[in-house]
Amino acid sequence: MSVVIEQPNQPRSRKNAQWEKRAWIFMRISGAVLLVMILGHLMVNLVLPERGVKSIDFAFVAGKWADPFWQVYDGIMLWLALIHGTNGMRTLVNDYAEREWVRKTLNIALWSVAAILLILGTLVITTFDPCIDPDVENYLPGVCKP
Amino acid sequence: METKEIGVIPSFTVTLMVRRFDPETDSEPKWQDFDVTMFGTDRVLDALHKIKWELDGSLTFRRSCAHGVCGSDAMRINGRNRLACKTLIKDLDITQPIYVEPIKGLKVEKDLVVDMEPFYQAYRDVKPFLIASDTPAAERLQSPEDRARFDDTTKCILCAACTTSCPVFWTDNQYFGPAAIVNAHRFIFDSRDEAAEVRLDILNDKEGVWRCRTTFNCTEACPRGIEVTKAIAEVKQAVLRGRR
Repeated sequence: MSVVIEQPNQPRSRKNAQWEKRAWIFMRISGAVLLVMILGHLMVNLVLPERGVKSIDFAFVAGKWADPFWQVYDGIMLWLALIHGTNGMRTLVNDYAEREWVRKTLNIALWSVAAILLILGTLVITTFDPCIDPDVENYLPGVCKP
Repeated sequence: METKEIGVIPSFTVTLMVRRFDPETDSEPKWQDFDVTMFGTDRVLDALHKIKWELDGSLTFRRSCAHGVCGSDAMRINGRNRLACKTLIKDLDITQPIYVEPIKGLKVEKDLVVDMEPFYQAYRDVKPFLIASDTPAAERLQSPEDRARFDDTTKCILCAACTTSCPVFWTDNQYFGPAAIVNAHRFIFDSRDEAAEVRLDILNDKEGVWRCRTTFNCTEACPRGIEVTKAIAEVKQAVLRGRR
């Protein structure tokens, strides 16, 4: 009878090695960039307008997105924040989900939600039409020509 | 007049709550309390000895040198990982019971004894030995500055207090853990060693340095005062650079 000895020095799986490093770097860079961008975002939306938060309405948003600068700004913020947040949640799931199927299910759910939000958000920013609100003429004269 | 005996060393009674587990009879670990009379110079290890030698010989725990060098008696005392031989009872709150448990995240074999094998496996995996291609006739010289670079991480006694204080290790014992990274650091930053890149590649892994969440539990737990989290951060930086 032969005895089967378990491999004593079993090499660890080398899957996703570079991926974890890149994710770590991404979290640091996106975190630093978001810090600046979100403070700028709060400044422009809440502090600088005369009536503060009350000035945010359809026309305010329409006015911002008529400018390609704010389209790009909001687009970058959307992508960085969503991927940063989702990756943070992924690390939490990996830390706390002990069963493989729970971990997989949660991660798939997480990235699906993130993907849907990214597509929706990007569509809104890039295809935004201020003229669906007839009132917008009152705030932004000359934007919507019949 | 009240007579006071001269030369009597003041003593106190303290309750120890010990986490017991006998694999032959128990399905779950349970707490057992012991009242012991101890002195100001006694450590938790002395209390455990007193229990084992005078009250209950079945109490099982590891200890060898009993003076903080061998690293055998790391245990969870009042919720913190410490060496029983370096924890004076008088420094704990003796008005309350002292809780003594096995270190977390490794399988309990009996009472306070855990299976250290996964811990040692991670240690072996980082190649904790000098790797050099030449065979010099004399000793390998090193400047004091080069030696100072990794001085902190030479102090490790492999007691596992850091690794078993790490919340990531508690749920994922595939993670190399702080102790293995500390011992990799000891060779990665040694100017005489030639395999820094090999170890950095081993630790640039899903279960490597990127698993660290910088919670500083390991630094707090280390009975040798090693700045463990700092060492891990230095290894992360070295992985990014691709060299020491």
